[in-house]
Amino acid sequence: MTEELFQKMAQSILDGDSDVAVALAKQAIEAGVDPLDAITKGFVMGVNQVGESFACGQAFLPELVMAGEAMKAAVGALEPEMQRRGTSRQVYGKVVLATVEGDIHEIGKSLVGTMLGASGFEVYDLGVDVPAARIISKVKEVEADLVGLSALLTTTMVKQKEVIDELNKQGLRKKVKVMVGGAPVTRDWVQKIEADGYSEDAIGAVGLAKQLVGVA
Amino acid sequence: MPKTIKSITNPKLRLEILTPEEVKKIHEATLWIIEKTGVRFPSKGALEIWAAHGAQVDLEKMVVRAKPELIESALKACPPVYPLAARDAGQDLSLDGNHVFVGTDGCGVEVIDIKTGQRRVSCLQDVRDISRIADATEEVAFHWVPVSAQDMPPETRGLHEIKAIWENSTKHLQTESIYSETEARAAVEMAALIAGGKNELKRRPVLSLMQCSASPLGHDGGSLEAALVAAEYGLQTGFMTMAANLTTGPATLAGNLAVGNAEVIAGTALIQLAFPGAPVFYAAAQTASDLRTGAYTGGGPVDFPYGAATNVLADFYGIPLSMGSFATGAKEPNWQAGIENSLSTFMACVSMSDMLLGVGFLHGSRIWSFAEMMMDCEIFSIIHKTMQGIVVNDETLALDTIAAVGPGGNFLAQKHTLRHMRDLFLPQFMDRRPYNEWETRKDNAPDWALAKARKTLETHQPDPLEENISKEMARIISSVEKR
Repeated sequence: MTEELFQKMAQSILDGDSDVAVALAKQAIEAGVDPLDAITKGFVMGVNQVGESFACGQAFLPELVMAGEAMKAAVGALEPEMQRRGTSRQVYGKVVLATVEGDIHEIGKSLVGTMLGASGFEVYDLGVDVPAARIISKVKEVEADLVGLSALLTTTMVKQKEVIDELNKQGLRKKVKVMVGGAPVTRDWVQKIEADGYSEDAIGAVGLAKQLVGVA
Repeated sequence: MPKTIKSITNPKLRLEILTPEEVKKIHEATLWIIEKTGVRFPSKGALEIWAAHGAQVDLEKMVVRAKPELIESALKACPPVYPLAARDAGQDLSLDGNHVFVGTDGCGVEVIDIKTGQRRVSCLQDVRDISRIADATEEVAFHWVPVSAQDMPPETRGLHEIKAIWENSTKHLQTESIYSETEARAAVEMAALIAGGKNELKRRPVLSLMQCSASPLGHDGGSLEAALVAAEYGLQTGFMTMAANLTTGPATLAGNLAVGNAEVIAGTALIQLAFPGAPVFYAAAQTASDLRTGAYTGGGPVDFPYGAATNVLADFYGIPLSMGSFATGAKEPNWQAGIENSLSTFMACVSMSDMLLGVGFLHGSRIWSFAEMMMDCEIFSIIHKTMQGIVVNDETLALDTIAAVGPGGNFLAQKHTLRHMRDLFLPQFMDRRPYNEWETRKDNAPDWALAKARKTLETHQPDPLEENISKEMARIISSVEKR
């Protein structure tokens, strides 16, 4: 019975169906299933399968994103029960994401957020046009392990450096790894501003994040 | 140096990519999107203009919903034919629907150094070098800011860039790198120095401003405000959509065209509501996102139909088009670059897109290559030749000459041959040598293209910009920097 439920959970992720995933999560809570089991034995299996299909070229980015969103919805539905039981999901790390001040380009950053969330990170996405001060205060508030900074324009890219300078000034730089992204970002830029890494796409960003927190 | 500018005109090739009914359907879909879904205009000034004309404005979300009648009546004020003025009036470009002109692409972040061949961050000197070489070619008719002058302060970078281009070329300048009201106002002052005052500038707009939309269905606040400044002073302005299948637009081509069209048309309508009759153009560089990475692809078979279809849309609205072609995703000048840049440019030309952007880039408009620039110019020349098609008349049928040569002779020594041999295309960068000659050197098109770029940079002397104008421009820039 529970085995069958776990399989349905995995399937809901494969189908990218958030509604079904949430319904199954609620069903599990009613049946007294441990929410952590629902995640690891059910939903995560689906995420892993999509990941494998993607790796061998059978699934594409939209399927990964839909699986990621369904996963997020399922975990959200299980959250109250986890709190009630005083348990929490093991995460690889906490990530604060933002598109820097003066820049409104959102899609790449959001994609990275979805993929990181689906891959076991706790993601705080601050949106676009975010001043350094707000990023820093969020880093402090959640004790973030990682910061992800996006910029599409060469004129706003300099704000990535501003955030890093500010982290240095406040003595936070050793506690938090910084990854940067966006079309104009290159390896040279990463070295120049002394960030910890960059990726040209969302899949690469997951690999980078895992590497930076030491799980890959 | 000859000052001719090569443009495609009176083409003999035609292509029907969209039927009139299909265009109407896309237009109706566009109006539906603008009325029901709305378009984001994150600028107080822009929202006020919309509200004053009775559009429904959601101030909190900064989304505008406008009735089809409002959009259609605003668009009626667009002037259909106007010239892009150049510092040298002999190089003015007529956007009359019967000319295709090519510009340099923009705005890249890295350059393959012309001397060392090493890839590095772009700087102001690159802007100077590229515009100087572009000034010498007959294929490049106008400039975009080719690469970002990253050694200049971000708040005035766009001004340093246009000054550098004017100092190195007499051709029209269209900047895509000015997206704040402050910079736009300073750019107008600078352009007025060349035109001889603001009134003269309206008559001879030596500068035009291109702004990118923020797909899907949005604009950037600073860009809108810069575009409004341009329109106020009679500079041509246009909005470019880069809505891409899968990420910033639907996966289907028609749906993505409708999204892009809604962005451009809503932006254009805003300009006409604010300054009726202001010269505007349509701009687009739509593509697909990669299925695996979601990245901008820049090239590939999805781009080609967009290239042709977008001009059909722009023609429907009676405004000129600035179309993204070239811009290969290839990492070096190679097979992929050749295919992508040839086909995208051919498709944009066959429907007579007015302006093509542009020559010179690798890696999806990010890395400038001088070799690619020269080879892209040759691609345009090849298409230019192809578009002339086959002219059939008594002279071209050459019956007298055919009779004179007779069976078994040859045509080399005929007067008719002498008259027409130069109509045939002579490539600069195609290898037609004997095999053994290639074998001893193993050199190739990119080598010759780079050599030509180097030689042009060494030898070409553009007509200089008057020194006092240069100085005055520098003063304007530094006054912005001191603020």
